[in-house]
Amino acid sequence: MDATVVGPAAAGPTGSEAPEANRISHPLRPGRWLAAGVTALVLVWLGWTVAINPNLHWDIVADYQFDRVILDGLWVTVQLTVASMVIGVVLGVVVALMQVSDSRILRTGAMAYVWFFRGTPLLVQLIFWFNIALIFPEIGLGVPFGGPKLITWETNTLVTGFVAALLGLSINEGAYMSEIVRAGLRAVDPGQQEAAAALGMSRTKIMKRVVLPQAMRIIVPPTGNQFISMLKTTSLVSVIAGADLLTVAQRLYLTNFEVIALLIVASIWYLVLTTVASAGQYYLERRFSRGFGTTVPGTLRGRIARNLRFSGSAR
Amino acid sequence: MTAPMVRCRALRKSFGRLEVLRGIDLTIERGQVVCVVGPSGSGKSTLLRCLNHLEEPQAGRVYVDGELIGYEERGGRLRPLPDARLRRQRESIGKLFQRFHLFPHRTALENVMEGLVAVKGVRAAEARRRAGELLDRVGLADRAHHYPAQLSGGQQQRVAIARSLAMSPKLMLFDEPTSALDPELVGEVLEVMKDLAASGMTMIVVTHEMGFAREVGDHLVFMDEGLIVEQGPPRDVLAAPRHDRTRAFLSKVL
Ligand SMILES: Nc1ncnc2c1ncn2[C@@H]1O[C@H](COP(=O)(O)OP(=O)(O)OP(=O)(O)O)[C@@H](O)[C@H]1O
Ligand SMILES: [Mg+2]
Repeated sequence: MDATVVGPAAAGPTGSEAPEANRISHPLRPGRWLAAGVTALVLVWLGWTVAINPNLHWDIVADYQFDRVILDGLWVTVQLTVASMVIGVVLGVVVALMQVSDSRILRTGAMAYVWFFRGTPLLVQLIFWFNIALIFPEIGLGVPFGGPKLITWETNTLVTGFVAALLGLSINEGAYMSEIVRAGLRAVDPGQQEAAAALGMSRTKIMKRVVLPQAMRIIVPPTGNQFISMLKTTSLVSVIAGADLLTVAQRLYLTNFEVIALLIVASIWYLVLTTVASAGQYYLERRFSRGFGTTVPGTLRGRIARNLRFSGSAR
Repeated sequence: MTAPMVRCRALRKSFGRLEVLRGIDLTIERGQVVCVVGPSGSGKSTLLRCLNHLEEPQAGRVYVDGELIGYEERGGRLRPLPDARLRRQRESIGKLFQRFHLFPHRTALENVMEGLVAVKGVRAAEARRRAGELLDRVGLADRAHHYPAQLSGGQQQRVAIARSLAMSPKLMLFDEPTSALDPELVGEVLEVMKDLAASGMTMIVVTHEMGFAREVGDHLVFMDEGLIVEQGPPRDVLAAPRHDRTRAFLSKVL
């Protein structure tokens, strides 16, 4: 902080060529050097022990990293994450709109949903969904409250491990997303709705064209975090045989006993997924902060920002 | 003889116990510019909000261009107007705000296009062309692709005026359009409003700009505590107020 450059040199990349660039002599900071040195040493030592430790079986890690079974599990993890997040976001938007509606019944329903699914552990919910057949052995379409049924299915054939995982993850996610969406809606200036209403816009259009796009700026960053956290949370479904990455890794090490190696294989894939997702989050946040940043179209920064935007944008 | 542009009869509005409008009668002819002045809390903003039914009055009626606003009368009883028809009424009444309320996620051009596209269903290319013309009219053609945050307050208010004009309103309501502006930016907005007045637009302007009221206004209304205390030609009211309350208010703002 004490080395803050003031004046023309702070103006940008060309600043240093300016005729009167400031000359700044940075003071020595022995404490920082020492800390950096220690950190580097620890990192090197950690890397070295990990690399040469014979118990880690890097050769086996390499063998399994692209194993067919592992890749299938990876694919299930990706599918579960994307599907539960999509359903979770849709549920979250619906429930958030219920929470801000004028109808008391809608508000109460939304509140009960959030209360229940945020108030019980996800692990318990997952096991519940997996065993739903114990409560409802059959699922049918027909007249509610004990009326005749048109068609029925065995719950156990309908709710597979994957379906139970999807139900558990997405319904739980919906409860969290609704709180995020609601915070976003609340952050939009009420004057925006008034201005849109004065133009003659319908409530639905005001929501879709004016309020939600602005709320997105608030909603997107925590949703990105939810997505990244979901990538890892899917590993919980290994308890209900969800066939995800961790499940298949476990299945493999139960037969060949290479516990550590297979956990490393899974961890590497989780790291790859979260890293890719973080990059995506960065670009999404850019896309939704339009009009709130300081990027002036026509400048280099503005143009780069526009190039980085997703091409599917409506206008 | 055509109906007046605005006819407001015995309009009453309260929030809970607080009576904000206590029987407003007001008639405004086509093409008139009416300036509304009065102390803070006298109900000026509430009156404007009742005129386009953003606020539902407890009693009284508002007619714009001969049409009852917000209700339909059947067999002597009032029923709330279906949403679509209320929206059509609002569409024909422009509204400007102290804090502009431009859509921050859209550029100046997109702000002006918004009503054309989302309300009138005009195709994008045509909307873009018309919005460009309107921005030109308020002197901001070169700012079309700026976001509101990149514009000065005066420029934002001019974009907001263009956004309203895009709906081809027959009446425009201004709620203190220059109060949030730095003094040096007030002039450019008043200039655009003067042009509008000269083009024959019927305007109701809540303002503290007495110079504008005197120069451009056809009629001045002084409100206090939810009532119209005094009204008349601006020069007369400003030069020789008849009521003590008007005199007290004017002595503070002039
Ligand atoms: N939605 C509301 N709920 C409760 N009270 C309100 C509401 N809107 C306005 N009021 C009250 O009504 C009174 C009149 O408000 P209004 O905004 O119409 O005054 P104004 O003449 O525009 O004042 P100003 O010059 O400060 O803008 C104020 O006392 C205000 O607190
Ligand atoms: Mg006001």
